[in-house]
Formats: sequence, C-alpha cells, structure tokens
Amino acid sequence: MTYVRPLLIIALTLAAVSPQQGMARPIRNGGKLLLTNGITSLEGASGGGLTPWAVIAGNETSDGIGLSAHGTLVEVKDYDYQSAGVAIGIRDRIELSYTHQDFNTNEIGAALGLGKDFAFSQDIFGAKVRLAGDLVYDRLPAIAVGIQYKNNNQGAVVRAVGAKSDEGVDYYASVSKLFLSRSILLSGTARLTKANQMGLLGFGGGKQGGHTLQFEGSAAWQLSRRIAIGGEYRRKPDNLNIAREDDWFDAFAAVAISRNVTATIAYADLGSIATVKKQRGVLLQFQTAF
Amino acid sequence: MSIILSLLLLQAPHALPGETAVDPYVADNRHAGAAPFEGDGMARAFGGQEGIRRIVDRFVAINFADPVIGEIFANHDQVRLKRTLFEQFCFILNAGCSYTGRDMASAHKDLGVQKADMNRLVETLQRAMGEEGVSFPAQNRFLSKLAPMRRDVIEN
Ligand code: HEM
Repeated sequence: MTYVRPLLIIALTLAAVSPQQGMARPIRNGGKLLLTNGITSLEGASGGGLTPWAVIAGNETSDGIGLSAHGTLVEVKDYDYQSAGVAIGIRDRIELSYTHQDFNTNEIGAALGLGKDFAFSQDIFGAKVRLAGDLVYDRLPAIAVGIQYKNNNQGAVVRAVGAKSDEGVDYYASVSKLFLSRSILLSGTARLTKANQMGLLGFGGGKQGGHTLQFEGSAAWQLSRRIAIGGEYRRKPDNLNIAREDDWFDAFAAVAISRNVTATIAYADLGSIATVKKQRGVLLQFQTAF
Repeated sequence: MSIILSLLLLQAPHALPGETAVDPYVADNRHAGAAPFEGDGMARAFGGQEGIRRIVDRFVAINFADPVIGEIFANHDQVRLKRTLFEQFCFILNAGCSYTGRDMASAHKDLGVQKADMNRLVETLQRAMGEEGVSFPAQNRFLSKLAPMRRDVIEN
C-alpha cells in the first residue's frame, strides 16, 4: 500500500508533463454563439423545453468546459411543477446533468385519495455525448446519444397506481441542425422509455410494462441574435391502466437576455395527467450558462 | 524603373498602393470558398457595392480593435484585407466583383484561429451588417455561405 501514493504522484506528473499534454491547447472556456447551447429540457438535458437536442450544455467550445443551471416552472390547469438542476459540458462533447423535479397534485391529490397537495418528485441523472457533426457550421447535423436515469421518491404510491417500478432508464438519440440560410433550427429525438409522465408516475404499467420507442421534435425560427420562437412535440407512451397519457405540445419564445442568461416562456398542452384532462398552461424557465 | 514596376505588378497583380506583397499565387474566383448567390436580391439586401464597402471597412475596423480577436489581426495588412474581403463578399453576394485573394486555407494558415474566435468573428460581422441595416434573415443567409469555410480557417 505504501507505494500507491508515490506511484499515483508519478503517474499524475507524467500525465501533466507528457508531450501530448504539453502540446494540447490550454483550456479556453466560453465562446459559443448566443442561443446555440439551447435551453434545458424538463429532464435536464440541454435542448428544447420538452425534448433534448444534440447540443452540449454550457457556453464552451471544443477547447473548454462549460456549466449551466436552470429553474423551470410549469403551471397547468390543475397541477404545479417545478424543476431545477445543473449540467456540465466538457469540450462541447460530453454533457452530465442532474435535475430534481417536483410535481404537486394540489386539489386533485385529495380526489385521488393521496391527500391535498400530495407531491411526486424524482431525481434524474443524465449523460449525453455528441458523436458527430455540428449544429451551425458543418454540413453534417449534430448527432448525439444520451441516457437518463430516473428515480421516483414515491415508490409505494406509484406502484399503487399501477406502475411496475419507481426507477427507470431512458435512452435517446438526437439529430439537430440550424439551417442558417432559413434561420430555422430543426431537431428530432428518438427515445426508448418506460416512464409514465416522464417517470413522475413511475415506470411501466398494466397496458405496457417495458420500454417503447417514442419520437420527439422541435422547430425553432431565429428572429434575431437574441430571440427564437418555435414549437415542440413529444410522443408519450401510455402504460398505466388507470390513467390515459397524452402526447405533449408547446409553443415557446426563448430570449438570450445576456451571454449567460436565457429566459423561456411557453404555452404547453400536456393533455391528460393522472386522470384529469386538458392540462394546459404556462412553462417558464431561466437558465444561466458559462 | 518600368521593370521593377512590372515585377511588382507580377507579384501582386491586383494589389492596391499601400499593400505589402504576399507570396505569389494565381487568382481564381473559387478561392472565395463559396458559389455566389443567384439574382440580385442579396446584393440589394447589402446595399450594393457601396453598402458592402462600408460593411467591410467597419468589420475590419471592429476586428482589429476587438478585445478577443484583435490580437490575431494585429500586424496584418489591413489595406489588403479590406480589399480582398470586399471582393469576396461582393463576389459571393453576386454584386458584380471577382475575387483575387488567396484561398481560405492559405490565408489562415498558422494564424491559430480557434472555434471561439470564429464565433466571435461572426458576432463582429453581425454587428457590422446590423449597423448597415441588413435584415437578420439576409445576414443569416450570407453567414450560411461562410459557415462551411470554418474548417479551412480554424486550426485543428
Ligand atoms: C469563414 C470565415 C472567414 C472568412 C470568409 C475570411 C476571409 C478572409 C479573407 C478573404 C482574407 C484575405 C485573403 C488574402 O489576403 O488573400 C482573410 C485574411 C485573414 N483573416 Fe480571415 N476569414 C474568416 C475567418 C477568420 C477568423 C475567424 C479570423 C480570426 C479571428 C480571421 C483572421 C484573418 C487574418 C488575421 C487575415 C490576414 C492574414 C494575412 O495577412 O496573411 N479570419 N480572411
């Protein structure tokens, strides 16, 4: 054991002074074009509001490391939702994220026998890798794959409503491109998931227990350097016997208030949630990125 | 005297007074790095040759004074850059010019341009175009011609 530390020190020193390292460029943070880091999707991956894009969190380029943090509020007819999280982007290549979601059932909680203001919450750990391409410059669109591990903190309740599990993993692949000649960004994502309402109502159910393939997409139109408007669609599985789950839609406006702050306001139609239909309302998000 | 003059002209056939000589090369519109737009819509969106001239002069001035990328431009030939950039923009915008400068890979060799510098240059160009009143969609259409050149401009 005694030689482990010296060995470690030698290894680290060698790594630090090895020619390869010595010739590598120094870290240079920041430098992305405004809005091209996207906003933060509900599950913490950078992208649109409802779905990930093949972009990496933070303002860094391939020469640096970036950080972002966000807070999101959704107020639909009968429910409140908040999430907050952080992400790190490494060399515009790898993104690691953590997000905590709270979903408050307000009066519906009482009607469902859970108690007024009963809240579901979950933690989501995400990782995404941009495999190839570039959102803005190259002909090849940005292409990324990602994974989201979700852990719901109401295991007994989600099982009582018919979910098979209180944890699950989503796998997704995204392709995104900003078509400068038209000032239009298009992004599509294919997701393998067994989550009910993102996992807030657990994973799997009586109608469908395992992973199913779902498609999601965003279209955005850049009006100026600082403003983009657009719409999104997210297809959802329908696993639970007791509650139908609908696809999601939104229409959004995102504004780069500064190099480090992006604010988003959206009108969202989340359909039927936990037996109560027509959940429409507003989504607000602030994201800061470096 | 005339021999010296013709030698000088041979070396830089299109150079303006005040430019420093560069290594000889054969001028070719393909060095501009993009095919021109069709029609005169883009040329008009940029205010014709006069508008393009003002945008390029302002763009070059901003770049030389810029706190991030000014360092890369320092000590380079500003007279030549204004001429060649004008020709390149004018050619691509189909405003009636030929491009006589070097190709993008040769012009940017060993400058050490990084992706963040490229993005910064896009911002300084957006500023210059915005000040001249070029609409945002027209700015982006022009940038769509320059974007693929990044791979020749940045160091890898
Ligand atoms: C797609 C983007 C770019 C285009 C279209 C472009 C265009 C040009 C042109 C036409 C020239 C003159 C060529 C000649 O002298 O024959 C030039 C030179 C130069 N460019 Fe760029 N450029 C781009 C990106 C950049 C960037 C990002 C930087 C640095 C931040 C930069 C720095 C320079 C410098 C310093 C020179 C002068 C080189 C010399 O004097 O030898 N360029 N560029």
